[in-house]
Amino acid sequence: MTFMERLKEAVESFGLPRLIITGFLILLLIAAPIVGADLPTQISNIINRFSWNGILVLAMVPMVHSGCGLNFGLPLGIISGLLGATISIEMGFTGGLSFVMAILIATPFALIFGGLYGWLLNKIKGGEMMIATYVGFSSVSLMCMMWLLLPYHSPNMVWGMAGKGLRTTISLEGYYLEVLSKFLQINIGNLSIPTGAILFFAVLAFGIWAFLHTKTGTAMTAVGSNPTFAKAAGINVDKIRLISVIMSTWLAAIGILVYEQGFGFIQLYMAPFYMALPAVSAILIGGASVNKATIMNVIIGTILFQGIVTMTPTVMNNMIHMDMSEVIRIIASNGMILYALTRKTEGSK
Amino acid sequence: MDEKNTPLLEMKNIKKDFFGNQVLTDINLTLKEGEVIGLVGENGAGKSTLMKILFGADVIRETGGYAGEIRINGEKADFRSPFDAIASGIGMVHQEFSLIPGFTATENILLNRESKKKNIISEIFSERMDTLDRPEMEQRAMEAIEKMGVKIESKMVISDMPVGHKQFTEIARELSKDQLKLLILDEPTAVLTEKEAEALLESIRGMAKRGIAVIFITHRLKEILSVCDRVAVMRDGCLIQNVPAKETDEVQITKWMVGRNVDVSAGAGKEEAKEKEEGEVILSIDRLWVDMPGETVRDVSLDVIKGEILGIGGLAGQGKLGIPNGIMGLYQAGGTVTFEGKEIPLNDPRKCLDSSFAFVSEDRRGVGLLLDESLEWNIAFPAMQIQNKFLKNYLGGLIKWRDEKAIQEVTQKYIGELAIKCTGSQQKARELSGGNQQKVCLAKAFALEPRLLFVSEPTRGIDVGAKALVLQALKQFNREKGVTVVMVSSELEELRATCDRIAIVSGGRIAQILPASTPSEEFGALMVSQVI
Amino acid sequence: MSRKKDLRQTIQKSSVPLMFVLICAVCIPISGLSPSYLANEVVTRMGRNAFLILSLLIPIMAGMGLNFGMTLGAMAGEIALILVCDWQIVGIPGMVLAMILSVPVSVLLGIFCGKILNMAKGREMITSYIISYFINGIYQLVVLYLMGSVIPIKHTSIKLPRGYGIRNTVSLLSMRQKLDNLIPLKIAGIKIPVATFLVVALLCLIIVWFRRTKLGQDMRAVGQDMEVARDAGIKVERTRIISIVISTVLAGIGMIIYLQNMGNIATYSSHSQIGMFCIAALLVGGASVDKASIGNVFLGIILFHTMFIVAPKAGAVITGDSMIGEYFRVFVSYAVITVALIMYETNKRRNKNRAGKQLETEQNGEGGAS
Repeated sequence: MTFMERLKEAVESFGLPRLIITGFLILLLIAAPIVGADLPTQISNIINRFSWNGILVLAMVPMVHSGCGLNFGLPLGIISGLLGATISIEMGFTGGLSFVMAILIATPFALIFGGLYGWLLNKIKGGEMMIATYVGFSSVSLMCMMWLLLPYHSPNMVWGMAGKGLRTTISLEGYYLEVLSKFLQINIGNLSIPTGAILFFAVLAFGIWAFLHTKTGTAMTAVGSNPTFAKAAGINVDKIRLISVIMSTWLAAIGILVYEQGFGFIQLYMAPFYMALPAVSAILIGGASVNKATIMNVIIGTILFQGIVTMTPTVMNNMIHMDMSEVIRIIASNGMILYALTRKTEGSK
Repeated sequence: MDEKNTPLLEMKNIKKDFFGNQVLTDINLTLKEGEVIGLVGENGAGKSTLMKILFGADVIRETGGYAGEIRINGEKADFRSPFDAIASGIGMVHQEFSLIPGFTATENILLNRESKKKNIISEIFSERMDTLDRPEMEQRAMEAIEKMGVKIESKMVISDMPVGHKQFTEIARELSKDQLKLLILDEPTAVLTEKEAEALLESIRGMAKRGIAVIFITHRLKEILSVCDRVAVMRDGCLIQNVPAKETDEVQITKWMVGRNVDVSAGAGKEEAKEKEEGEVILSIDRLWVDMPGETVRDVSLDVIKGEILGIGGLAGQGKLGIPNGIMGLYQAGGTVTFEGKEIPLNDPRKCLDSSFAFVSEDRRGVGLLLDESLEWNIAFPAMQIQNKFLKNYLGGLIKWRDEKAIQEVTQKYIGELAIKCTGSQQKARELSGGNQQKVCLAKAFALEPRLLFVSEPTRGIDVGAKALVLQALKQFNREKGVTVVMVSSELEELRATCDRIAIVSGGRIAQILPASTPSEEFGALMVSQVI
Repeated sequence: MSRKKDLRQTIQKSSVPLMFVLICAVCIPISGLSPSYLANEVVTRMGRNAFLILSLLIPIMAGMGLNFGMTLGAMAGEIALILVCDWQIVGIPGMVLAMILSVPVSVLLGIFCGKILNMAKGREMITSYIISYFINGIYQLVVLYLMGSVIPIKHTSIKLPRGYGIRNTVSLLSMRQKLDNLIPLKIAGIKIPVATFLVVALLCLIIVWFRRTKLGQDMRAVGQDMEVARDAGIKVERTRIISIVISTVLAGIGMIIYLQNMGNIATYSSHSQIGMFCIAALLVGGASVDKASIGNVFLGIILFHTMFIVAPKAGAVITGDSMIGEYFRVFVSYAVITVALIMYETNKRRNKNRAGKQLETEQNGEGGAS
C-alpha cells in the first residue's frame, strides 16, 4: 500500500506523459538489438541529433525563467541566424571562418529583432505565447518575400536560372559543413561522437547556467517566479524580461547555425515555421514547466525527444514494417505541450 | 399560520472557528418581518463571517461548518450553498459588484432567471433552447426597480453606468426575486454619492414597509440611526449590544465598537516612549495621494520621528494601506516625501529601497514572497539586488556571482532569531504556515538593514502565538537597532500595544495623531469621523 | 466632442477592414483581372467558406476567443467524406450522409477540446491551437494506418497501393459542386451557388435565433464574466463545452460544403491551413478576439478573398515573380491575426489602466484644491 502510494507520488511529480515517453524510449532501446538494428549506430544518431538541436532547446530557458512562457517565437531568432548564414556566404567567407562570421553577423540581427520582440511582449503581458506564435509565423512569411527580393548574388545560393532569389535549400559543402562535429570527432566502430559540437553546446549551456547564478540571473528567476515580488524589491521587471527575450533570440540564432553545420544545409522559406514546436516539446519532456526550466531539463529533454525521433523509424520499420514514427512524434510532442499548458501554474499569470 | 409570533430569522448560539481560531462566539440574533437592523463593528469583528454563515457561503463549509442553528420562519435551515439561501428568501448585496459588464440592467437583474418562451426545438432538446421573452423581462425588471423606489435605466449597459447605479442594479436584482424576505446589504453606501445614499435609505424604508427585513452593514453610523429599527454591535466575535436605534447615539455606538475589557498590554513599555514626539523628524510626508484600488489615499501629511514606532490605524477601505504601498512605489502616487532632508522620488520602488527603506507588504503571497523558491532566496533576494550583499565579485566586479554560502548563513541566522519553523533553509516558502511566512517576510526586510521599516498588517491571518512573536520581533528590531518603524494595522489594540504614537486614517486623510496610551474610544471616534 | 470621439473610435475599430479596402483598391487594377472573373471567384469562395467561418462565432460569444480548434471539425468532416466516398454514395445523398456521419465524430472531438480548454482557462487560444496539432496526429494515425487495416476500405482508388491508408488526394467527383449546382442560376455571367447560399442563410438565421435563446444568453454571460455567471447559478464549464461542441459540429459540416466545391480532398493538408485562413478572414471583416458578428463574416470573405485572388497576380506584375504574391498573401493572413491579437491584449490592459487614470486626475484636482 505504502509502496503504491510512494509510486503514485513519484509518478505525480514526474508527470505521466513524461513517464510514458521515457518508458517508450527505453523500450525502443531494448527492442533495437532484437529487431536487428545496430545499437551503436542508433546511439551515435541520437548523440548527433542532440548536438544539432541542443542549443535551439536551450534558447527556451531565458524566456521561461523570466516568466515570458514558452518561446513559440523561436522562428524570429532562427531568421536572425539565417540572415547571418546567408550574408556570411554572400560575402565570400568559406570553411570554418564562414561559421564564425555567420555568428558575428547574426548577432546584431538577433539583438535588434529580440529587442523589438521583447518590447512587444512587454506590452502584452499575459498573452505572450499566442502572440509569440504569430509573431514567429508573420516574420517567417515576411522573410519568404525577402529571400526572393534581397540582392543576393552568390551562385551557390541563388536559383541558377533566374540568377536571383535564394534557393530553398543551400548546401554547406565548402562552407561550414560539420565544422563543429568534425572537430575532435571520436570514432569507435560504428559509434561516433561529434565532440566539437557537444563542447560548443556545453560552453553555451555553462554560460546560461553561470548567468543564472549571477545577480541579474537571480533577478530573472525572481521575475518569472513572482513579478510583483521582484517589483517590490526594486527590480525593473520590463528590463529583465527584455534581456531574457534578447538572450533567447540570440541563442536561437546560434542554435540554427549549429543545426545547419550538422545537417549540412541551410533551409530557407517555410522551414523555420515548424521549428518552434519540437524545441518547446523537447524542453517540456525534459521536465520543464511553463515557468520553470533548468539546463538539465534541456539535456534530458533533447535526448529523449531526439531519441524517439531517430529510434522509432528504424525500430518500427524492422518490427512491424510500418513507419509510424511521424505520427508518434506529432502525438507525443503536442500531447506533451498540451499537458504542460493545462497544468495550473500560480504566479505566472 | 402564526407568522406574527414566529420571527422571520432566528440565529441561536452561532459559533465558528477557523482552524481553532475562534471568530464567532454565541451569537443570538432575531429579526422580524419588515425589521431593519444595523450591524456595526470594527473590521475583523466577525460581521462578514456571520453573514457568510447566514448566506451559506462555501468557505464556511470548507472550513468545518459552524455550530448553533439558524431558523427561518421557525424552521431549521441548513444551507448547503448560497443557492439554498436564495431559495429560502435570503438575498445579499456584496461589496464587490457581481454584474456582467456588457449586459443591460434588465439582463443583470434577471441573470439566470430570465423569462422564457417554449419552442419546438426546446421541447425536443432542453429548456436551455427556450427563447428569451424580452418584453416580459423588461416588465419584471421595471417592477423590481419600482419596488426599490430609485429610478435606474433598465436598458442601459452596466459598463456605461455610474457606480451608484450599478449598486442599485444589484439591489433590484435581489428585489426581483419573489421569495425575497430578508436582504443583507454589505456596506452599500460606500460607493454612493450623498444623494444616492439618501435615496438608498429611502428605499430601505420602503422595503421594510413591504415586509422585507433588512440587515444593513455600514460604518456610517448616521445612516444606521436614521434608517434602522435596531442596532447590533459586534466586537471580537461577540454580539455585545442589540438595542433599539432610538435609545442610542453615535458616541455610544463607537464606544461599544472599540471598547475593550481591561487591557493589560496597552501602554506596556510606554515608559520608553518618553518624549519621542519632540525628537528629530526622519520622514516627512506632504500631501500624498495614492491610487490604490479600494484603499485610496487622498491628502495625507504626516511626520515620522526618528526611532519611534508609528502606528497607522483605521477602518478597511479608508486608505491606511495605501500610504506605505504608495510611498514604496507599488501604486501610482503623488505628493512629496522627504527622508532625512532629501526628497524621495515617488513611483520608483528602487529609489525607496536605495534610501534604505524596507517594506513588509500586507499581501504576503502576492507581493511578499517567492512562493516557489527557497527561504534562502526569499530572505536574501532584496538585499542582494539592492545592496549587492551575498555576492562574490569576479573580474573586477564584472561578474557578480551569487554567494550561496553567505546566503545560507544569513538565512540560518534569521531562522534562529525569529524561530521560523521549517525543515531547513532550502524549503520552499509555499510550504510554510502563514505565521512562518510572515516571519520570512520580516527576515527579508531585516536583511536589508533598513533605517525605516514599513510594516503593513503584520499579523493578518496568523495565529495568536505567531502574532505575539512577530510583534515582539518588531519591537526588538526597533529598540536594538534603532530603526524607525511605521506599522499599519486594522487591529487597534495591537497598535496600542506596540506603537508610540498612532495616526488614524479616515476617508483617505489623517484624522489625528495621538499617543498610544489614549483610550480606545477616542481612536474609535476618529476612525468613523470622515468615513466616505 | 463625444461625436468626434465616436467617429475616431469607429475608424479605429474598422482600421483593419479599411486597410484591406486600400490593399484591394491598389492591387485590383495592377493585377489586370477582369471584374467578372473577380466577381465569379469571390462568389464561389463566399459559398465555399461562409459556413466554415460562421462556425467561429459561437466560441467568441462564449469568451473563448478564436477557436483554432475548428480544425477538429474539419477533420471529422474529412473522415466522414472518405467513408461515404468508399461506400459510393454519390451526390446530395452522399453529402447529407457525410454530414450526419461527421456529427458524432465532431461531438466527441468537441467535448475533448472543451474539457481541455476548461483546464487551461486564460490561455484558450494557444491551447486550442496545440490541440489542433495533437488531433492532427490522431487523424493521421486513423487515416494513414487504421483505414484499410482496421476500418474497412474497399476501393483501391482511394487506398494507398500498400493496402492500407488513404491516398494523398481523394477525388470527390461524384459530389463535386452538387450542392452549388442544385439550383442553377447565372446573373450577368456570374454563377451563383443558390443552394449553398440558402444553407448559409439558414445557418445565419439559426445563429441569430440562437443568440436569443437562454443558452445563447448564458454563453454571453459566461464570456464576459465567468465568476459572476457561476454565482448566478449558470453551469460555466458545461456552457463552455457546449459552445465548443457546436462550433466543431458546424466546422465539420462547413468542411463538407467546402470540399464539395473543391471537388477533391487533400487528405493530409486540406484541414491544416483552414483554421488559419478562416480566422484571418473573420478578423479582416472587422471582428476582434472578443466580438464578432455575421456581418464581419461576409465583409471578411469579400475583402480577404479579393486580396487572396489579386495578390499573386499583382505581385507578379510588380516584381516579375509570381511567388512574391503567394508569399505576400500568406504573410498578410498571419500579420492580420498577429495584429488582432496584439490589439486585443493591449486593449485589455488599456481598459485596466483607464480606470486608474480617471481616479488619479480626480484626486489630483481634489488634492490641489484642498
